[in-house]
Amino acid sequence: MLGFTLRRILISVPTILVIITLAFFMMRVAPGGPFDLERPMSEEIRQNILAAYGMDQPVWKQYLDYLGGLARFDLGPSLKFRDKSVASLIAEGFPISATVGLLAISLALVVGTILGSAAALRQNGATDYAVMGIATVGIVIPPFVMGPILALVFGLYFGLLPSGGLDPLRGMTPDRLVLPVVTLALPQIAIITRLMRASMIEVIRSNYIRTARAKGLSARAVLSRHAFKSAILPIVSYLGPAAAALLTGSIVIEQVFQLPGIGRQFVQAALQRDYTVVMGVVILYASLIVILNLVADLLYASLNPKVKYD
Amino acid sequence: MNRRLMEWLACSASVVVLGACGGGDSSESDSVVLHRGNMAEPFSLDPHKASGTWENDIIGDMFIGLFTEDAEGEPVPGMAESWEVSDDGLIWTFRLREASWSDGEPVTAHDFEYALRRILDPATLANYASLLYPIKNAEAVNKGDLTPEELGVRAVDDLTLEIELEFPAPYLPGLLAHYTTFPVPMHVVEQYGDAWVQPAYIETNGAYKLVRWRANDYVHLTRNESFYANEDVCIDDVFFYPTVDVQAAERRVRNGELDVITDVAGQNLEFLREQVPEYVRVHAYLGTRYLAYNTQIAPLDDERVRQALSMAIDTHFIAEEILRDGSMPACSFVPPGVADYPGGASVPWCDVPIEARRDEARRLLEEAGFGPQNPLELEYTFRATGDNPRIAPVLQRDWAEIADWVDISIAQIETQIHYSNLRAGDYEIGDGAWIGDYNDAYNFLFLGESTSVPMNYSRWSNDEYDALIRQANRELDSSERAELLSEAESILLEEAPYAPVTFYVNKALVNPRVTGWEDNVVHIHRTRYLCFSDVEQSNAAGE
Repeated sequence: MLGFTLRRILISVPTILVIITLAFFMMRVAPGGPFDLERPMSEEIRQNILAAYGMDQPVWKQYLDYLGGLARFDLGPSLKFRDKSVASLIAEGFPISATVGLLAISLALVVGTILGSAAALRQNGATDYAVMGIATVGIVIPPFVMGPILALVFGLYFGLLPSGGLDPLRGMTPDRLVLPVVTLALPQIAIITRLMRASMIEVIRSNYIRTARAKGLSARAVLSRHAFKSAILPIVSYLGPAAAALLTGSIVIEQVFQLPGIGRQFVQAALQRDYTVVMGVVILYASLIVILNLVADLLYASLNPKVKYD
Repeated sequence: MNRRLMEWLACSASVVVLGACGGGDSSESDSVVLHRGNMAEPFSLDPHKASGTWENDIIGDMFIGLFTEDAEGEPVPGMAESWEVSDDGLIWTFRLREASWSDGEPVTAHDFEYALRRILDPATLANYASLLYPIKNAEAVNKGDLTPEELGVRAVDDLTLEIELEFPAPYLPGLLAHYTTFPVPMHVVEQYGDAWVQPAYIETNGAYKLVRWRANDYVHLTRNESFYANEDVCIDDVFFYPTVDVQAAERRVRNGELDVITDVAGQNLEFLREQVPEYVRVHAYLGTRYLAYNTQIAPLDDERVRQALSMAIDTHFIAEEILRDGSMPACSFVPPGVADYPGGASVPWCDVPIEARRDEARRLLEEAGFGPQNPLELEYTFRATGDNPRIAPVLQRDWAEIADWVDISIAQIETQIHYSNLRAGDYEIGDGAWIGDYNDAYNFLFLGESTSVPMNYSRWSNDEYDALIRQANRELDSSERAELLSEAESILLEEAPYAPVTFYVNKALVNPRVTGWEDNVVHIHRTRYLCFSDVEQSNAAGE
């Protein structure tokens, strides 16, 4: 297990390096630069600014300088935020994105597995159709539509919850997190529900479940002790892709609910050609996806006795 | 169960992350707090590095220059108590009021001298320093040809500041209310360098000081007890939120989470007027929406082609049917309401009906050699923001109405790329906009000067125009000066390197609870003048 983990981490280093390289050159190829402003500046000032950020150098030199900085764990200064560094911007935004993401995946797991199991146990019954109907709606309506609808309904019409932003004094209060977390979790709830239903239907028809029933175990014990543990396996292997989907989903959610996470910073930075911030967030996203996939694989191995790494 | 579970999860998470769950900070509860939606995230709060109106809204709450804006946005003396102007209009001597920074240190003329030298020092990388070029030697200092000490700004003593100009600039008071001219606390900047603007170090001389700045979340300012007019200030704490998603911001205002937002989506205006009429504030703005023609390329180097394209635009239709936000169709480049500028310059076809203009446009194009055998084919590029995508097809249709051999394609393009193309002269017809930095006609007309390339996107150059502008800048008498500028503007409009389309309006949503909000042409609303109708303002009775 340890050897497997180490190998996976070592393999991920070149992967991330390739991602860094691609992202770096794609940003530079995109037309327009961080200093093409609506408010024009004089040519001399522009040249001074370019020189100060090393952007008067050839691109390959800038690339090497950037890698050199990374080797020293230096993500560099933001090209747009003149008073802040990339590291400090990410440090400010990441806790918020991480909280929303973790809560959303937890919610999706809990609700998805419960709904999926319920649907499977009452297959082709009213519960099944109701759950599957809702799940289909959850997949079909994208977060950028669902978000504003929820904000309008619960924020404006019922006045139950704030429609966006964080509490200025207390930050991430529960009432401010409900709508973004639910919006982000809905499509995942839908997917996990469907996965869980399919897998549960398969499991409860298998021989060992029949055996368990035959030896007189209660329905509850059969489900929780035997069926659930196998039925959950496809969900665990879905965790990696789900994490990636949540990361990309958070980009939308943070815009819609005006949350100051890194997803929002990423979008703003990309639009404004803030090269260093984009790179910093790309590196973070790439590392997260690699790590989360690894965690999902390890979890899978620990749950499924058939799978052995090494 | 879903909701309870959620709240529990959310609650435990916020305990982990922020150590907060229920129960607020009681010390803040009795303070008067204003929540302002502020369009975008500030890139810098250093007055020498900022360049956006949304940054100005925050910085101007923290610092006061020699002049400042009153509630109507007019320049009024700020740190200047009195001033004298030499007979040739070149030397301005200011007497400062006695005031102190938020740490109690006195604000002196040396702070002003230091600030102006700092912003013009090329090492500061101030991207907006060119606004100060009317100051003697400013341009040479900014380009590194002279040292900052040679700048025409001198602290005569602690409370006397002398500013020498390159040419008489009667609009100086307006310029001196702009954030590029604000003083900075020399003792703090010297100690901390560029980090001086961090909340831990910054000292201010305005109504508020910086408490906290969380990127993409908010900027929190609180009352500066050392401010010279502190007794007149009603709001204790003000939060500025970047509200990039205007529609989300509108919801937050209607929900009472924000008290003010300073921009509204044009297409939502009618809906908002129905839903929350008492919130909607619309007022003429100091800005012009225009098209730039690249005069360096054929056939746009031919003024007949430019005139024909300009006169074919139905600006009334765009203003009244497309924008529908109160925008006025534009017949001139300088918007109405500019100080000391009666205007009068107008495009020659301003009052001609649109059908007659189309005929005239066809005649001009035929004269320039275009026709069924030689169609006019050009590309119009525009930013993907705001109302621009709704205007482009109208322009295309207007041009197609001239004749069926006029074929202008339209292409939407990302903002940054668009400006990079305009700067490089890599476009044919491009959309553009100019919002005045200060209330003076020259701040618009300089866009036609040949010396302003690449800010002069059209790259148009006319010796007579340049000479008139130069002459106006040396003119002491303000009505003579206005006449010279107006004459220059007529040339600009006649030769049509730019096609003015509409004059902007500023659009805000203001909660009716907020008092002291005066709609104005510069769209500057300092928090120190605002209050709430339900707050007892006993100490501000004198205002």
